[in-house]
Amino acid sequence: MSLLSNTTALLGKELRTEFRSRELLTTTVVFILVVVVLFSFTFDPTSAESRRFAASLLWLAFLFAASLMLQPCFLREQTNDTLSALRLCINDPFAIFAAKLVANTLFLLLTELLMLPVFSILFNVPVFPVFGQLVLVLFLGSLGVSIAGTALSAISAQARMRELLLPLLLLPLLTPVLVASTRVTVGLLDAAPFMEWKGIGFLVIFDAVFLTALWLFGEYLLEE
Amino acid sequence: MTPAACPAGMRFENIEKRYGGLYALRRVSLEIAAGECVVLAGRNGSGKTTLLRIAARLVRPSSGSITFLDSKKVTIAEASQTGFVAHATMVYDELTAEENLLLFARLLGIAEPASRAETLLGEVGLTGRRSSLVRTFSRGMRQRMAIARALLNEPAVLLLDEPATGLDPQGVTWLAETLRRMRDAGRTILMSLHGESEISALATRAIRLEAGSVLADTQSGGSLASILTFAGA
Amino acid sequence: MKKHILGGAIVLFLLVAAAYGALYVAPTERTMGTIQRIFYLHVPSAWTGLTAFFICFIANLLYVVRRQPRWDWLGVSAAEVGLTFTTVVLVTGPIWAHPVWGMWWTWDARLTSTFVLWLLYVAYLLLRTLVEEPDRRALFSALFGIFAFIDVPLVFGSIRWWRTQHPQPVVMGGTGSGLDPTMWRVLLFSWLAMLSLMTLLMLARYGVEAMRADLDLVRQEAEAA
Repeated sequence: MSLLSNTTALLGKELRTEFRSRELLTTTVVFILVVVVLFSFTFDPTSAESRRFAASLLWLAFLFAASLMLQPCFLREQTNDTLSALRLCINDPFAIFAAKLVANTLFLLLTELLMLPVFSILFNVPVFPVFGQLVLVLFLGSLGVSIAGTALSAISAQARMRELLLPLLLLPLLTPVLVASTRVTVGLLDAAPFMEWKGIGFLVIFDAVFLTALWLFGEYLLEE
Repeated sequence: MTPAACPAGMRFENIEKRYGGLYALRRVSLEIAAGECVVLAGRNGSGKTTLLRIAARLVRPSSGSITFLDSKKVTIAEASQTGFVAHATMVYDELTAEENLLLFARLLGIAEPASRAETLLGEVGLTGRRSSLVRTFSRGMRQRMAIARALLNEPAVLLLDEPATGLDPQGVTWLAETLRRMRDAGRTILMSLHGESEISALATRAIRLEAGSVLADTQSGGSLASILTFAGA
Repeated sequence: MKKHILGGAIVLFLLVAAAYGALYVAPTERTMGTIQRIFYLHVPSAWTGLTAFFICFIANLLYVVRRQPRWDWLGVSAAEVGLTFTTVVLVTGPIWAHPVWGMWWTWDARLTSTFVLWLLYVAYLLLRTLVEEPDRRALFSALFGIFAFIDVPLVFGSIRWWRTQHPQPVVMGGTGSGLDPTMWRVLLFSWLAMLSLMTLLMLARYGVEAMRADLDLVRQEAEAA
């Protein structure tokens, strides 16, 4: 009934639905693999410089994967008009967004963590020494992607050409996330790893700003 | 939301709904008394669905207001609850019958969600299929899920938008039986239907909408049959 | 009608005066020579574009809260005009850069951020073409417009931080590279001229949108009858 309990109940539903079929997770992981392999053909993956490119390509792959993975977010609530059912039961519609963005962050993070060892092997990049910091930047970056992506998928679900529209709206908006996350990751994967706290700061600000915007304007996104 | 204690009536005052320049509803004013069973008739596009969705609080009217009244026609202070059944089932295909009702019961803040879900599954005759995914249900069974969901919080007013669509004759009979039970128990019902059927026979009143306005109302004269079977129904 | 002609004449006068100022009044810049004069077109265009986008942002907020169609009309007018000025920035940047640095595009922080800004508002306009129902279109584009505008400082900030890692040619010199007082005057006057052009264009576009809405209304009522 409260925002927290509604969010928890809905989060349970999102997780249960996904882990039952695992279709989003598997297709996203495979997509990232395909993108990574294809990207590797466009530069010399074994050179010393490849470490820097590797971080960039990792984040690009995550962003593209996310913009596809987020499509069904609100689309699946349209099949049986379950969105109306939710709106009827819930006082604060922000619970719907909160549950979905937490679920999406978890799914993204899970696919990213699954990809890390693969990535480490393919590009000969040591990830375990900086694992904790990597998880931090992956988490903050994925959170930013989820917040913006969940909000925009509510819009794209009701527009034409939604498969193209969501990336078109989402990717420019996520520029700060891409810039900051990549910089931090490049620093962490460097031969002498270092932590770019400024980048973390940017991510925190982005996440806070957009979470607030979603909290303020979310209910309008769900209006009929 | 806490369950409503008793059925309530509804008063629609000058309800108007515009989409861009198109009027879906033009200044509709109606009063439905507690316990009435009202059928909304009208062609496609006459505004039935819009009126019902506004009553369910899913759509905000461009202007006008809705108030809920108790049996003495006194305005009830806090907003009463409505239960809404549409053509879409509004339940999750990927969850079981039980999981669906549990989820919605929790969201509604019902005190003992598990037992309430249990009760409703029994009422709609789906106890045997509680652990089956709704995806495997027939149209008739899905409609029962929809009714169960709508009744979770014991709504004061039950709103149904063409509930018999896609149901086979057995399904229609079951629905008519269920609605009859509710009507006899005193629950207020407002539903939109096409033409005459077992279900429309339950009505105590019929209202015809045309192009967003009230064309005819049995309350102000006219028989049920004539309103339901208006040329073009 | 007379008002429009008068308004147009004033704007034209201001623009011609600003052009004159840029070409003849402003002193020639020491290192770059004549090509630097495009500065008086480039910088005020950037400022005017941002002003237009700010107006769009306010219109978007007002629409979400009030739901009056005129805020939607103002929003789309401001976005289109802002996009036009932003395009001028993106075109004049390389025109300046090429003779001076030998490259068309240097991924300079401000120009790159302007490119992202341009993409955001192109997305805004594309979104509008993909939502058919007018009220829904207005609401969704207003909400996206709000998200886009609050993103702008983050975009500029993060890209500037990114580029400080790789210093390279900055278009038009960095900020605070010291402007001669006459240059400042010409610059500010150019901005004034551009703002007047912006206002004229926005008013014209607003008028078109209002007429289009009226037309749609008439058409819908005719179809309904």
